[in-house]
Amino acid sequence: MSGLGTQPALQRRELRDVLAAYLVGVADDELIIGHRHSEWTGFAPDIESDVALSSIAQEEIGHARLFYERACDLTGGDPDRLAFGRASGEFRNAVLTERPNGDWGYSIVRLVLYDRADQVRLDALAAGELRPLADLASTVRREEKYHLMYGEQWLRRLTSATEVSRGRMQQALDRAWPDAVGLFESVPGQEELRAAAIVAVGPREQRAQWRQVVVPMLESIGLTLPTENSGDRAGGRAGWHSDDLRTLLDEMTSVWRSDPQATW
Amino acid sequence: MTAMRTAGLLEDQIWEALATVEDPELPLTVMDLGLIDEVQVSSGRVRVRMTPTYSACPAIEVMRHDIRKKLLNLRGVEEVEVELSFAEPWTMARMTERGRARLREHGLSVPSPRSAEPATCPFCGSTNTVLENPFGPTLCRAIYYCRDCRNPIERFKPPAE
Repeated sequence: MSGLGTQPALQRRELRDVLAAYLVGVADDELIIGHRHSEWTGFAPDIESDVALSSIAQEEIGHARLFYERACDLTGGDPDRLAFGRASGEFRNAVLTERPNGDWGYSIVRLVLYDRADQVRLDALAAGELRPLADLASTVRREEKYHLMYGEQWLRRLTSATEVSRGRMQQALDRAWPDAVGLFESVPGQEELRAAAIVAVGPREQRAQWRQVVVPMLESIGLTLPTENSGDRAGGRAGWHSDDLRTLLDEMTSVWRSDPQATW
Repeated sequence: MTAMRTAGLLEDQIWEALATVEDPELPLTVMDLGLIDEVQVSSGRVRVRMTPTYSACPAIEVMRHDIRKKLLNLRGVEEVEVELSFAEPWTMARMTERGRARLREHGLSVPSPRSAEPATCPFCGSTNTVLENPFGPTLCRAIYYCRDCRNPIERFKPPAE
């Protein structure tokens, strides 16, 4: 127990429900992108990357678990069931995280776009007034720094290597960019979390903070920004997903579904 | 008076028991790593507060389980709760001198409590080393390479500042 359920600030049932839904969205992003990263285990371009993506996957999935646990502290329920027992339409991850890995370039571009957004999101939680959650967010944020360091180094290397690799990175960005805006889609009622100072920064401002870092970084290495979606249409946080998520879940949850009562 | 003495004794036994709980991924105990922040005992109920090195470390659950098991073996302990704390970050300063020595004996390079000095090769002592991979066999290890004795090195990796 994280002590979250007994916080005086969370006495209102509605606020607890919104926060739980928000945390499930965070956890779903981490779980799904973690699973995608884990698919590189054994297949990455070199052994260092194999180890790196496996570690990053392990860490994202571990973080997902921590956020599921906190959601369950608020509304009851079982973190494992949340992770493995839901259908695709019940997941609240951004669509970007569920896209198949494609090539190494796409995986790296997605990792960087995602982890930069995650930093901004964790900043907002860490600056919030709910101590146990703010503490957890700053811990997770420190750990995620290594992911960014790793991803940005590959991004620079591939973009500056040859014309072919630069072209592949541009294609990867063209594919990932329209989905990235979905990382800042809100869950219903999210503005209440801002009003209650639990999440210190709202989704629009988070998106602006993210752009402020990501855009100059991409342009400085010679990539061209594709046109952007408005981000106003409902997507992953409302349960709208691609078929790729269903395929991913079928595989990821097969062991758990074979005996949901099993203890590990 | 007797009750107080018993309570004091029990607390000593708890700390002794904690000193035998090992991290399954490192040749260290939870005390060597400085993971335990606080122990509270009140009429058979024990609460242990623990700060993990990495929040997603898969060894956490193993250690929590071992702590519970070992403490429940003590006479007078009826209930054990091991809660995780993230209030203070885990840093190298928490690791004991014994812990650092054991890691070095195990062939790992160990960063000093504070500073970003170059990694020292545990085999030849050279600092002519280079980071090969910030990720290693566990979340708390990175891989370096020694340019002098040409060995790959594992280095204990504290969470980023």
